[in-house]
Formats: sequence, C-alpha cells, structure tokens
Amino acid sequence: MTDTNAVTEDKKTPLYDEHTALGAVLTGFGGWLMPLRYTSDLAEHRAVREAAGLFDLSHMGEIWLRGAGAAAALDHALVGAASAIAVGRAKYSMICAEDGSVLDDLIVYRTADEEFLVVANAGNAVLVASELLARAAGFDAVVEDRSEATALVAVQGPQAEDIVAGLVAGADVDAVRGMRYYASAPVTLAVTGGGVADGGSVEALVARTGYTGEDGFELFVPAESAVAVWRTLLAAGTGVGLVPAGLSARDSLRLEAGMPLYGHELDRTTTPYEAGLGRVVRLDKAGDFVGKAALAARKVSPPARVLVGLRGLGRRPARAGYPVLGPSGVAVGGVTSGAPSPTLGYPVAMAYVTPELSAEGTELSVEVRGRAEPVVVVPLPFYRRPQN
Amino acid sequence: MADFPAALRYTIEHEWVDTSTPAVVGVTSVAADALGDVVYLELPEVGSTIEAGTVIGEIESTKSVSELFSPVSGTVVEVNQAAVDDPALVNADPFGAGWLFKVDVSGEGALLSAEEYAAHTGS
Repeated sequence: MTDTNAVTEDKKTPLYDEHTALGAVLTGFGGWLMPLRYTSDLAEHRAVREAAGLFDLSHMGEIWLRGAGAAAALDHALVGAASAIAVGRAKYSMICAEDGSVLDDLIVYRTADEEFLVVANAGNAVLVASELLARAAGFDAVVEDRSEATALVAVQGPQAEDIVAGLVAGADVDAVRGMRYYASAPVTLAVTGGGVADGGSVEALVARTGYTGEDGFELFVPAESAVAVWRTLLAAGTGVGLVPAGLSARDSLRLEAGMPLYGHELDRTTTPYEAGLGRVVRLDKAGDFVGKAALAARKVSPPARVLVGLRGLGRRPARAGYPVLGPSGVAVGGVTSGAPSPTLGYPVAMAYVTPELSAEGTELSVEVRGRAEPVVVVPLPFYRRPQN
Repeated sequence: MADFPAALRYTIEHEWVDTSTPAVVGVTSVAADALGDVVYLELPEVGSTIEAGTVIGEIESTKSVSELFSPVSGTVVEVNQAAVDDPALVNADPFGAGWLFKVDVSGEGALLSAEEYAAHTGS
C-alpha cells in the first residue's frame, strides 16, 4: 500500500537506535533505513514551519578534497566555480556526465583555502566519490570519502538559531548567530549523554544550510558523537517546540520550497537547464570541465521540456509519474513530485512540460488515477518563509 | 497493534465492516498507520450502488494515496461527513469516529475474522 517496506540490507545510521526508541516508522531510502515519520507527518511539517524540527541526515555522503589543487580539481569536476567560493561559504552545485546530464546535485563547502567538503545525496554518494576521485586525477588534490565516519544532523525552523546557539559558548555564539545563509564554521558543541560524559564537547562543522525552506543549520559531527549531539539537541529544543522529523516531512517541506529531489526533478536524462537551474552552470569559468561542451550546446538550443510549479485547483493531488495533459487532453509532460501542501492547504506539484505550456497562469490538467484534475502553472517556490 | 475489534470483519485491503443494519464501513488502524496523516477522503455518493472487492474511493495522505475497496455489495445510505471534513479522525479513531460510510448490504466479499486479519497483517 505504501513504500514503507524496509529492505533488510539497508544501512543503519549511528542514530538508528534513537529512531526506534522514539517509535519511528522506518523506510528504505537511498540504500539506508531512515525514519519516515515519528508520530505525524503533518505535525512534523508544521513544527519545522513554526518552531523547529530535528532531522537525521547521516545517510548523505561527505567527500573531502584537500590540497593546493583542490579548487582546480572541483572546477574541473563540477559545473560550478568552486574556486570562486570564499573560505567559510558554500555553494549549491551539480556534477554532470559528459553528455550534460545530472549525476547528482551537491552542496560544496569551502572550509579552508585548500579544503572543500562536498555533500552528496545518499543514493549517489558512492558514485560521486568515485567520480571525484577519477576527475581529480592529475590535480594536486586528495579525495577522501568520509561518509561512513560522519553523522549529519539538521535543526530546521525559526527556533533553530536559538537552539544551536544554546549549545556553544564564547566566540562560537557569535559564529552561530551571525552565520549567513550558505556559510559554515567549525564550532565546539557542549553535549551530554549518549556515551559522552556530562560536560563533554564535540567538534562540529556547523552550516546554515537546509532543505526545508526555513532558516536552519546542518551539523556535521563524528559518527561516534551522533547520539550525544542528537539527544542534546532534542533536550535543548523540546521546550520551544522542536520535534524529531522524518523523511516524509522533509519531502513535503522541500516540495513547498520548490527544491529539486534527485531521482524526481533531476536524473540522468535531465540537464540543469531543463530543471531551471542553469544558473549553477558556469560556462564562463576558466578551463574545461566535465560536460561543458554538451551543456554549452544545450544552453543555446531550446529545451524540449521545462520544470514548472503546478497548483491543483481541485482536492486530489497529483503524484510523481502522473501524466500532465494539455488543453486538448493530450499528454504534454509528467509530474515529478506532488502532494497536498500542508502549509498552503491545496495540492502542489512540480512537473516537466513542453516550453509553450510553461508560462505562469497556463491552465493544464493532470490525470489522477483515471480522472483529469485541473491545475494552473504557478511560479516556484510555492512557499517562501516570512522575512523578518 | 494486534488488538482488532472481534465484532468486526476485515478485508485483506484493510477495510472493516460491522454487522449492524445498515452496515458501517471503515479502514483499520493498520491502513491509517501506513498512510500517515489522512488529509483527503473520497467516498462513494449516497444512493450509489457498490460492489464488494471493487474500488469505491480514495484515502489520501501527505505522503501517499490508497484506494478504498468495498468489503460488501449494496447501496450507500450515509457517508461520515465529519470524517470528510476532518480526515484526521481516520487516524485518531479508525474503528470509531473515523468510520467512512454506511451500506444497505446485498452481498459480501471475502471477509476475515479479527483473528485471521491479525494473522494476515502479521501483528
């Protein structure tokens, strides 16, 4: 009935026992057994919009590049300009194949002049690590896949800054509170329990990044410290409404925020241009990079399909894989993600459609299990958090 | 989990039906838990004729959607408007306030006892 059947060979994160103790429903995702929800998808979604949610993202891949040639190696390997990222800042990027199709979307953190952290999706982490290793050959750079040794915990929501700032002291308080979006800094977290003695501390890389459309932080910590960090954050945030949140809430949050999910909006048949993410491709950067020739050609040729946002006018939401129909009832594209939006109260979806039907306000329909449901093209994102 | 009301009978698709006249139909706690928070119900219209074992509606959550199969044949005489208006009732009380519709029964599909259903769901 649902996709919650756990595959026995799925890997477990260092927080697996925490999830089961919290009563989580688990699901296989990207080769990992992950929490789908703890109690309620909707409550977890709303907690992130209104207070805070705590996510285990330890399934994601962490690959480090170090050396005098690390920046040049990444400029060659990725479509973006890693060498243009300032130390302490981060950039959303992609790794493409020679044909310009997307192998994965990534966040690249520059943590020192000659040191970068590349964060890859769980299901693509092994491929990204091996591609980075191959593409860095000939550059003065060492590639190290630290995915297994690294846990990643995210605190997302309007209360996130107070919660994370409460775990640090001294100059780290300003580092956290003053941290800009898509920036990172090494900080010392004060933690209790979970195998770390009271008064213990954990060295973490804290980044102001996320996948929910809210303010928030992602904390990279050693796998052996994950339980202590998790429990400390839960205890610190419970009083202000923080709840543990699963992949179901993460998916509905990112969809409202119009963020692509690899395997849905992005895959090996898609270039960044079709996905509306051509801005991440830096054809102007110095030197050649993998996929450049194909992407340069694609940029100047009209795409066969483009990614759009769809607002459902009825109640039945479109789901991934459903056909999008044009005015005459003929198929003009397909839905990549769709759900009833918990925040907005109406169905939303992302879909690829032919360019002539992609203008805002275009009336289309989606075939929802045998019945055409009316939708209208709307700008992405569906939801933007209130700015203070 | 294994505590399914003994007075009800069940389908392998996780619907239940009681023995009253008209009969009350709903979905089980197994279905509700698997779906997550139910946000939309599409139920058969009052007066419509339904056939056991066929799809007669939909139950939609944030994460997924499930088809609703009728455990019995007959004529729909009432739908639970409270559950249509507040589908969270299906999660909160699937065997009670979260019932879905009532049927004048003319025939039955393949139904399981509570014990058989528990064995089927492995709970």
